[in-house]
Amino acid sequence: MIEVISADRCIECNQCVSVCPTNVFDRADNGIPVIARQSDCQTCFMCELYCPVDALYVAPDSEGITGITEAELEEQGLLGGYREKVGWGKGRQPVASHDFMVKLAARAGF
Amino acid sequence: MPQQQQATTDVLVLGGGPAGAWAAWSAASQGAKVILADKGYLGTSGATAPGGTTLLVIPPVAELREQAVQDRLKAGGYLSENAWIHRVLDQVEQNLQLVEEWGYPFPKDEDGRPLRTHLHGPEYMKIMRRVVRKAGVRIWDQSPALELLHDQHGVGGARGINRLTGESWEVKANAVIMATGGCAFLSKGLGCNVLTGEGLLMSAEAGAELSGMEFTRQYAPSFADGTVTRGRMLAWATLYDAAGRPLHRGDRTFGSIPELMLKGPVYASLDLADTKEKQEFLRNAHPIFFMPLERAGINPFKDKFLLTLRYEGTMRGTGGLRLTGPGCETSVPGLYAAGDAASREKVTGAISGGGAYNASWAICSGSWAGRSAARLALQQPHPAERRMLRAAGRYGMPAGAGTARTLDAKPLIAAVQQEILPLRINYFRSEPVVAAALQRLNRLMPELGGQVPATVQGIVQSREAAAMLNVGRWIYTAALARKESRGLQRLAEYPALDPHQTHRLILSGVNTIGIRTESVPHAHELRIPGEERAI
Ligand SMILES: Cc1cc2nc3c(=O)[nH]c(=O)nc-3n(C[C@H](O)[C@H](O)[C@H](O)COP(=O)(O)OP(=O)(O)OC[C@H]3O[C@@H](n4cnc5c(N)ncnc54)[C@H](O)[C@@H]3O)c2cc1C
Ligand code: SF4
Ligand code: SF4
Repeated sequence: MIEVISADRCIECNQCVSVCPTNVFDRADNGIPVIARQSDCQTCFMCELYCPVDALYVAPDSEGITGITEAELEEQGLLGGYREKVGWGKGRQPVASHDFMVKLAARAGF
Repeated sequence: MPQQQQATTDVLVLGGGPAGAWAAWSAASQGAKVILADKGYLGTSGATAPGGTTLLVIPPVAELREQAVQDRLKAGGYLSENAWIHRVLDQVEQNLQLVEEWGYPFPKDEDGRPLRTHLHGPEYMKIMRRVVRKAGVRIWDQSPALELLHDQHGVGGARGINRLTGESWEVKANAVIMATGGCAFLSKGLGCNVLTGEGLLMSAEAGAELSGMEFTRQYAPSFADGTVTRGRMLAWATLYDAAGRPLHRGDRTFGSIPELMLKGPVYASLDLADTKEKQEFLRNAHPIFFMPLERAGINPFKDKFLLTLRYEGTMRGTGGLRLTGPGCETSVPGLYAAGDAASREKVTGAISGGGAYNASWAICSGSWAGRSAARLALQQPHPAERRMLRAAGRYGMPAGAGTARTLDAKPLIAAVQQEILPLRINYFRSEPVVAAALQRLNRLMPELGGQVPATVQGIVQSREAAAMLNVGRWIYTAALARKESRGLQRLAEYPALDPHQTHRLILSGVNTIGIRTESVPHAHELRIPGEERAI
C-alpha cells in the first residue's frame, strides 16, 4: 500500500492525485496531497512512476501497513528505486527499449 | 449530487485501457467527435498499464498462421472462429507499426528489424494517452460511468460521476463503446481493482447479452504479500511445502498450484535461475516482478516465499458482452464492446486469452469498434441531443432504491467475495457447491434496493457492489448450465468434454437471467453441430 509522501521532496504538483487509478489521494488546498483512502490502494506503483521528484513510496503488501518511515526510506535509498529500474526520468533508458522481454520469452519457451 | 457536466458527442468511449484508447483513437481518426471517460486515468489504469503484455504476433506466413489458428481451435474447444483470429493477426501488425511510429522504443534484432512482441505497460499507455489526446479526443479521467442512456433506438449515451469534483456528468452520443475491462472482484491482482464489472451490468440493464461467462475459472499465482500476478516467472521456480520439501519444479508448475494448496501452504523459490548471469537478466527484464519482493526483504532466488492465488474473473477469464458483428456490435443498437469487456470466445474459444491473445484482441477490437461506432454516429439522422433518452441504471443506483435502509457497499462486497473468490467454490466447481453459492448470491439482491449514500465513494462503490454481485450470478448461472468440462469450465460431475455442447451460452437480464445457446461455425469439426435451442 501507499505509505509515504515525503513532505521534503513533494512539489505539490498533484500528479499523484490525477493518476491514481483507485482515487487514494485528495488534493489539499495548501500543501501536499493527503493519503485519504489508504485501504483503497491497489498497490500498482503507478503513482511512484508518475511522481517527478520521487516523493512517494508504495510498500508491496496490499493488505497490511508496514509503518516504514521516510527516514528509513532515505537511509535505505528506496525512494525512486522503481522509477530508476523502469528507466523513466531524465537521461535514463526506458526498460521498454531493452530486448529483455523478447529474450525472456525465447528462453522460457512462451 | 452537485451540478452536472453535460456534453453531446458522436462517440462516447467508456474505459481507457488499451481497448478504450484504441477505440477512441480509431473513432476520432474517422472524423468523429469523441469523449473517453475512465474510472481512473488513461495511462495508469487497468490490467495492462502497471505491468505489460506479450502479444499475439505471427509473421505473415500462411502455414504459420494456419497452424496457430488450428491449434487455438482445438485448445479452445472448437468455440473460436478461424476468420476472427486471422483478422486479429492482420490487424495487430498494422497497429503495432503505428505504435512504433508514435515513439514506442521496440528493441531490434541483429538485422535491425523491430521486435514487436511485448509492450511495457507504463510506456505503452503513456504513448496511447498522448496519441489519443492529439487525435482530438476529450479525455475525462477519474470519471467512472455508472449507467447508460437509451431509448427505443438503442443506447444513446451514459451518466457518471467525477471522483475529484463530485460532479455528476451526462454525455449524449449516438454510439457508445464499452471498454471497461473485465471483472476481477477486487482480488488485488496488479492493476485490477478498477475492474469491477459495471460495464457489464450497465450494458445488461440496457438489454445487452453476455457470452462465455462460464469460462472464468481463472486464478493467477502471486507472492502472498504482494499483488504481482506474473505466473510465468515461476518457470524458474521450485515449489515447496511448509516443511521445505520440493513439490514441483520448473516450467509451468503454476498450473498445479490450486491442487497443491488443498494440502497446505505452497512456497516458491526461483532457484532454477542458478547463476548470477541468469538472475541479473531476470531482474532487469522484469522490474515489476522483482521490486516488490526486494522491498519485502526477500531474495527470490534463494528464499522461499509464500504464494497465493488471486482470482481473475472475466479479466484473464474469457466471458463478456456478446458480439454480433465484425464491427464489435453488441446485441443492442448503438452499443459496441471491445477488449476484456467483450467476450473473447471468438479468438480464444473456451480457454484464457491471457498470455498473448487478450492484448492483441484489445488493440484490434478497440480499432474495429471505434471505426464502426464512428460510422454509425456520423450517419445518424437523429442527433443524440434531440433523442428522448432515459437512464437505464437500476441496481445499486439511487433511482432503484426501494427500501429505507442504507446500501452499505463494503459488507455487501465482502459477502460477494466470500462466494466468488474461494478455490473451493469457484475453482473446484461442483454442482451442489456452485448452486448453493448462487442461491446465497441471489439472496443478496434485495440489498441493492437500499438507499445509496450521497457521497462520491458511496455512489461509486454501491454500483461496483451491484456489478460484482451480478457478474458473480452470471458466472455461476453459466457454470451450472454447461454440464461438461471444456477449457476454463469444469464441473466435478462432468469431467469430460461433451461434443453436443459445442456451442456458446448466451445470458441476458439481471434479476431474472435468461439463457440460450448459440451455434459456432467450427463445431462440426469436433463432431455433430449443436442446434440453437432455449434451455
Ligand atoms: C499482470 C497481468 C499480465 C497480463 N499479461 C498479459 C499478456 O502477457 N498478454 C496478454 O495478451 N494479456 C495479458 N494480460 C491481460 C491484458 O492486460 C488485458 O486483456 C488488457 O489489459 C485488456 O484491455 P482493456 O482495455 O479491455 O481493459 P483494461 O486494460 O483492464 O482497462 C479497463 C479500463 O476501464 C476502466 N473502467 C473500469 N470501470 C469503469 C467505469 N465504470 N467507467 C469508466 N471506466 C471504467 C478502468 O479504469 C481501466 O482503465 C495481463 C493482465 C494482467 C493483470
Ligand atoms: S506527484 Fe509527487 S510531487 Fe506531485 S504532488 Fe504527488 S507526491 Fe507531490
Ligand atoms: S500504488 Fe497505485 S493505487 Fe496505490 S496510491 Fe499509488 S497509484 Fe494509487
